[in-house]
Amino acid sequence: MAKATFSILRGEAGGGQLVDYTTEVTEGMVVLDAVHQIQAESAGDLACRWNCKAGKCGSCSAEIDGQPRLMCMTRLNQLDLTKPVTIEPMKAFPHFKDLVTDVSWNYRVKKGITKFTPRKPDAADGTWRMHQEDVDRAQEFRKCIECFLCQDVCHVLRDHHLHDEFIGPRFLVYTANLEMNPIDTENRLDELRKLHGIGYCNITKCCTKVCPEEIKITDNAIIPLKERVVDHAFDPLAKLIGLVTGKIPGP
Amino acid sequence: MADYQTFDHDVLVIGAGGAGLRAAIEAAGAGVSVGLVCKSLLGKAHTVMAEGGMAAAIGNVDDRDNWKVHFTDTLRGGQYVNNWRMAELHAKEAPDRVKELEAWGALFDRTKDGRILQRNFGGHRYPRLAHVGDRTGLEMIRTLQDHGIHQGIDVHMEVTVTTLLKRGDRVCGALAYDRQQGQFRLFRAKAIVLATGGVGRAYQITSNSWEYSGDGQALAYEAGAALMDMEFIQFHPTGMVWPPSVRGILVTEGVRGEGGVLLNNRGERFMFGDIPDNYKAQTADNPEEGWRYTQGDKNARRPPELLTRDHVARCIVREVREGRGSPHGGVFLDIQWIKEKLPNAAEHIRKKLPSMYHQFKQLADIDITKQPMEIGPTTHYIMGGIRVDGDSQMSNVPGLYAAGESAAGLHGANRLGGNSLSDLLVFGKRAGEYAARFAKDNPAVAPDAGEVNERITEALAPLERKNGESPYRIQQDLQTMMQDLVGIVRQEDEMVRAAEGLAKLKERATRVSAAGNRQYNPGWHTAIDLKNLLTVSEAVILSAIARKESRGGHFRDDYPEKKPEFGGHNHLINRAADGSMKLVAQPIPPMPDELKRIVEEMK
Ligand SMILES: Cc1cc2nc3c(=O)[nH]c(=O)nc-3n(C[C@H](O)[C@H](O)[C@H](O)COP(=O)(O)OP(=O)(O)OC[C@H]3O[C@@H](n4cnc5c(N)ncnc54)[C@H](O)[C@@H]3O)c2cc1C
Ligand code: SF4
Ligand code: SF4
Ligand code: FES
Repeated sequence: MAKATFSILRGEAGGGQLVDYTTEVTEGMVVLDAVHQIQAESAGDLACRWNCKAGKCGSCSAEIDGQPRLMCMTRLNQLDLTKPVTIEPMKAFPHFKDLVTDVSWNYRVKKGITKFTPRKPDAADGTWRMHQEDVDRAQEFRKCIECFLCQDVCHVLRDHHLHDEFIGPRFLVYTANLEMNPIDTENRLDELRKLHGIGYCNITKCCTKVCPEEIKITDNAIIPLKERVVDHAFDPLAKLIGLVTGKIPGP
Repeated sequence: MADYQTFDHDVLVIGAGGAGLRAAIEAAGAGVSVGLVCKSLLGKAHTVMAEGGMAAAIGNVDDRDNWKVHFTDTLRGGQYVNNWRMAELHAKEAPDRVKELEAWGALFDRTKDGRILQRNFGGHRYPRLAHVGDRTGLEMIRTLQDHGIHQGIDVHMEVTVTTLLKRGDRVCGALAYDRQQGQFRLFRAKAIVLATGGVGRAYQITSNSWEYSGDGQALAYEAGAALMDMEFIQFHPTGMVWPPSVRGILVTEGVRGEGGVLLNNRGERFMFGDIPDNYKAQTADNPEEGWRYTQGDKNARRPPELLTRDHVARCIVREVREGRGSPHGGVFLDIQWIKEKLPNAAEHIRKKLPSMYHQFKQLADIDITKQPMEIGPTTHYIMGGIRVDGDSQMSNVPGLYAAGESAAGLHGANRLGGNSLSDLLVFGKRAGEYAARFAKDNPAVAPDAGEVNERITEALAPLERKNGESPYRIQQDLQTMMQDLVGIVRQEDEMVRAAEGLAKLKERATRVSAAGNRQYNPGWHTAIDLKNLLTVSEAVILSAIARKESRGGHFRDDYPEKKPEFGGHNHLINRAADGSMKLVAQPIPPMPDELKRIVEEMK
């Protein structure tokens, strides 16, 4: 049987070093399988998060050979196994232990975004009429599995640590989902500009590249939001319409 | 004196999947203080993995549908050992619960006239599953989560409850540890809702994650609550079989709902050869009619691939055993063939089944728009669980409620696809409502400090012990044993061997040790979960031995027929005074005439 070596970051907050583990690899294995195997064989206390093992829950985010990816969806045959495969935790969040980081900031950010508020139901039975074309856009954003890989690569968070001023691509996608929900009545354009730092994004598209759900974060969420924010802030007429209708017409 | 932090809530909800979130939202809405605890991060519970949809007789696609049809479909699927009151409430209330999600931000796929679209699923007479592509669970959990965070609920993520605490008859709190720091937390609560999900980790081949260690069932059992129907485990017919590392991962029934067919290695659609009598009238007898059904022809009957899961799973096992299986021990599930019928089939498949397309492409190098999939049965769901009152969801322990997969009753011997997600909403809401009411009507009582200390010492034991057995090893041995001896096809002598094996595993588990410290230590966590897995496995074995017939998810080679004398009762598991596990047969109360009439009418 073939063997491969994995260099895994071990240790607690602040400290830690790469430790090599060699284990058997079999057909079809993914990185998460290797981590589990290592746990069972020789490192029972190796900390990592996972749930679904099928790319659906967004728990197992890590940096594999420097690339932000889901461990459960990264096949070993896509990696160069002739040298040790490095597995490290996401770097944009405080390290906790081994592959686990403290992602609680993301949950606090979400709470700060104005919540969904629907218009009055369209039909007497309390339901709404929406056509597939109307929901397509928001449905793309609702595919998000909250893996936070996009947050991890965004330089505003990763390198500049502006967590207090910028909500990051994940929550721009979240805001876009609310803004493009056909029955929502809120307007989040002011908070996007003033509180949530949409202006920090300079459209590098790094977030889009790593999204395992292939959400076109920049093109479909951020850029349209930016356009709306600009229109809203500088167009007095749009502002007036916004005040009256509670909604800004899309670009 | 052990160290722990204390939290006070009127209602404590354990579990943040669909059932727990819905319960917490309801309780908070009733004006009581609510704590919500979950083992993983918020939004990662099993519910997120659900694919196909949630069943509710809204009648948007076929207006012949109504609660009575849904009710009878559920009983027929459950082989009439369901809690009929739950089946009734579920069928009546599911439509409102689903529509309510839309008011909280969910965006379901739409019909042409702009309403919620519904799809076909096994055992449902009409297209009934509200869905979003094949990621309905994600839509549901995210909607509840995003709504829930604005309802003033205190969320404790990555916290595992190890014990329920009682004073006299009543529950009064729960002891837990936080997974990150390994510190203990004492939750004092007037009422507790268990919404901890299933037991799939007891098996080797499963669609379930590490979280499914039967915690809720085991905690409730320890606290004196009865478990019911634990022999009824659902083996989903279509799990991935190759490569080995993905074995067990679910392939949604939606594939068959969209026209996918099951083939053996001779290319035969073997399901046509085995249609049970009570389904003959509503099942297509030729491929053409089956195809028309999947395409929405109201006059066509459903293809046999969409018979109930227990039956389809067993047919697959038979094909494999008799040498007609696929190269890796499954059979073929083929959706690409629809290109004979649809001009833009590949695009259609990618649109309707995006995550299946993705899953096979990435994990198995299979393009499902061009090649058939290889699939086989996987442990998926437990119909049994904590026995509850149909209306309030309270167990026989005052103040202790259960909802969702951890509770028993709605599904009887076999669950219909899509009936779980709607179950979570209907009974999550009810559990939250009644728990809040209980909390308002009853004063708080303080847990016993001595007991708390004792339980903490117990939980820490695996870390203190040196050179004991690896928890992973014992867990693996349990999984292999349950898979081999108490799996999809069962017989007496094998299960008796399993019972003996279990006693040995329990003994080994007392010597388990985990290296490392208390911080985020999966070895230690596994050691703690193991105890629960062993308890629920014992309950499964005991109940399965006692049911000397085949019904729904429980199939016995030595008793392959359904027997009327077993159709009238459920199996209850209780903890006896001496600490041993006891089973009793509990007669099912007679159905009111009104419901009986409905069952007759729909036959
Ligand atoms: C792959 C897959 C696909 C499915 N597809 C469908 C479908 O299409 N339609 C359908 O109706 N059903 C489907 N099901 C079934 C359905 O998803 C589950 O039955 C349902 O989601 C269970 O929900 P729940 O709220 O009961 O529990 P879960 O969502 O599993 O949540 C359990 C919660 O309890 C917590 N918990 C457990 N133990 C403890 C403890 N000791 N302390 C603290 N917290 C604890 C967990 O952390 C988690 O938050 C599917 C299941 C799977 C696995
Ligand atoms: S496009 Fe914007 S949000 Fe995305 S990574 Fe670049 S700066 Fe960050
Ligand atoms: S947008 Fe994509 S990368 Fe970002 S959290 Fe969601 S799924 Fe992950
Ligand atoms: S384990 Fe769920 S996304 Fe990897």
